[in-house]
Amino acid sequence: MLTTEALVKELVEKNGRTRNSLMPVLQGIVQQEHYLSEEALLCVAKELDLAAADVYGTASFYTFLDTVPRGKNIIRVCKTITCHMKGKDEIVNTLSNALKIKVGETTHDKKFTLLTANCLGWCHKGPVMLINDEVYPELTPQKALEIVEEYAKSTH
Amino acid sequence: MSKYLVNLKINNMPIAVEEGTTILEAAKKLNFRIPTLCNHPDLTVAGNCRVCVVEVKGARLLAAACATPVSEGMEVFTNSEKVRVSRKHIVELLLSEHNADCTKCFKNGHCELQDLSSEYRIGDHVFLDLVRPESKIQDISSPSIVKDDSKCIRCQRCVRTCAELQGVSALAVVNKGDHQKISTFLNKPMHEVVCTNCGQCINRCPTGALTERNYIEEVWNALYDPSKFVVVQTAPATRIALGEDLGIPVGERVTGKMVSSLKKLGFNKVLDTDFTADLTIMEEGTELLTRLKRALVDKDEKVVLPMMTSCSPGWIKFQEHMYSDMLENLSTCKSPQQMFGAVAKTYYADKINIKAQDMIVVSIMPCVAKKFECERPEMRDSGYQDVDYVLTTRELAMMIKQAGIDFNKLEEAHYDSILGESSGAAVIFGATGGVMEAALRTAYEIVTGREVPFTNLNIQPVRGMEGIKDATIKIKNVKPEWSFLEGVDLHVAIAHGLANARQLMEKVRKGEAAYHFIEVMGCPGGCLGGGGQPIPTSPEIRKKRTEAIYQEDEDMPIRKSHENPEVVEIYKEFLGEPLSHKSHDLLHTHYKPRKRY
Repeated sequence: MLTTEALVKELVEKNGRTRNSLMPVLQGIVQQEHYLSEEALLCVAKELDLAAADVYGTASFYTFLDTVPRGKNIIRVCKTITCHMKGKDEIVNTLSNALKIKVGETTHDKKFTLLTANCLGWCHKGPVMLINDEVYPELTPQKALEIVEEYAKSTH
Repeated sequence: MSKYLVNLKINNMPIAVEEGTTILEAAKKLNFRIPTLCNHPDLTVAGNCRVCVVEVKGARLLAAACATPVSEGMEVFTNSEKVRVSRKHIVELLLSEHNADCTKCFKNGHCELQDLSSEYRIGDHVFLDLVRPESKIQDISSPSIVKDDSKCIRCQRCVRTCAELQGVSALAVVNKGDHQKISTFLNKPMHEVVCTNCGQCINRCPTGALTERNYIEEVWNALYDPSKFVVVQTAPATRIALGEDLGIPVGERVTGKMVSSLKKLGFNKVLDTDFTADLTIMEEGTELLTRLKRALVDKDEKVVLPMMTSCSPGWIKFQEHMYSDMLENLSTCKSPQQMFGAVAKTYYADKINIKAQDMIVVSIMPCVAKKFECERPEMRDSGYQDVDYVLTTRELAMMIKQAGIDFNKLEEAHYDSILGESSGAAVIFGATGGVMEAALRTAYEIVTGREVPFTNLNIQPVRGMEGIKDATIKIKNVKPEWSFLEGVDLHVAIAHGLANARQLMEKVRKGEAAYHFIEVMGCPGGCLGGGGQPIPTSPEIRKKRTEAIYQEDEDMPIRKSHENPEVVEIYKEFLGEPLSHKSHDLLHTHYKPRKRY
């Protein structure tokens, strides 16, 4: 695996050195490292000749650009009204018990982070969760467990 | 700019203004004041506080006057019922997110939000109090600046100041929605980030979210302590601005009254930083001539040019963070404030028979970075902290009010001697270009034996408010010992405001500019626009202060640093000559690289 510095350099090479490249560079780091470390933010500031506070300002604006360590797989259960009425609490509790973490926490093996999210736009098929970029609609607690187990088994 | 005129009516009064003028500016021309909290004459338009909303006939929504350009036939109402009700609600909404603990606030009585609430007679809280408890923890990590997020209304003047005027961006907007706040990188303490302590953000903050760390109580305690001998020094730019906080119009000089008030406050001796400004010129001028000699005669490849001034502690910290590879360019001279402290607790203490440990040195400065500077570990060459407390011009005004002194009615008094005599060259340290002018007046005369070839010693090319100025002085008919300078064109440059300094540094680094000597002041306009000066500030105010500074110079009997008799005396009795061993011990320093990110 690339060091953070090498990763940032590679992403900057690919996306360019202008301020416009900030978002794709940050997204690229999150894809590889699951979050933006202090080191990563500083590397980006240096490479793009931006103030560190500016880079942090942009990163902190977007929910999907995390600045705290996250697991390899990020589970986001929709918490908004429709999913709530369709039983998102049960989904969250089931996953929380199975993974032995609370919402906002990451498992010891760094494989999963459990989060809630605002409306994912799947109200007609709630409750719904997102694992990384994949949407899983019409969940039941059983179904949610099975999906997460699949991720637990996968090696990558 | 187009000269196309746009006709509109404001509150039924017709007016024609240039295309591109905002409603706010047009209304001002008709003497209608529209309140704003985020707009500022030094900064770009933001339009985020919404306090300036006005009604435009035919428009469905109210418009932000600061961000809406006029258009042909527009009819604007600045005080209709709809405007008044909305504006009052907007202020109430701002207050719902503001820790309105006014009586305990350092900005009490100097707060734009407080003024507006008072104008609109905001009564009971209409909205829920949304101030987050955790935001009430102040960041007091910096010796210069206190940051209190619970007072912040997110107008972003500070963010724009730090980015646009200073090119630093120590502060940025982070998070979103109701979590939005003004923050440093990863919410680190102010002391740990790239903040230069210039305090320009304080000068523009409409509330008490950013204030100077104040040392008023510490200074009172020192004054009340009979075992302490308390001396005070006053920076050049304080004497042309202090009056603004004490009911005197902008641009009026109050030197004599200031001295008088300091004596009434109980300082044992009232002395002048201008004295050490003159001393700085002797040291820095000699340093420049020495560097030139090493470069031109000795062909010493290690000599670093251009030499850069080192009076402005905001600029020094900026350089340590941003251009740490260019620290050798900085003059090794301490700032006049620190030279004063070092000389006061050695030479002066001996002369007046006071032990250095019993002496407290207080500075009155137009600056908040000076508070940081006096705590630097390098600034203890007397064996003690050379300068104990730094007060801003604003803090001094507060002390004068607390003491019940009627400033306006004071008799004028003179500085005590010694360390109180100064020249016109010293007072212009307070304006951008002033150190350069003072240095040239002395260096040119040392080298040629003649006065600088400018009418009445006024070196106009280095004056003015242009962001970066440069000038060339031809050196002719030199004295024999300076023959290597015969016919040399001395190239100098001046920048004020750190964003301009940054541009100049980039030019120097790329080798695009062959200057010998560069003056940089951290704040727009130089010290007269410093972060510790009376609030508000604007280009207009700084212009008036500049005129006052140059007038003060013209009225001084001595106009050149090397003619200051007390400076001549200190060399004769104590220091020997400029750059002597003793000078190096007391008056010179070194710099340390700091993290850029």
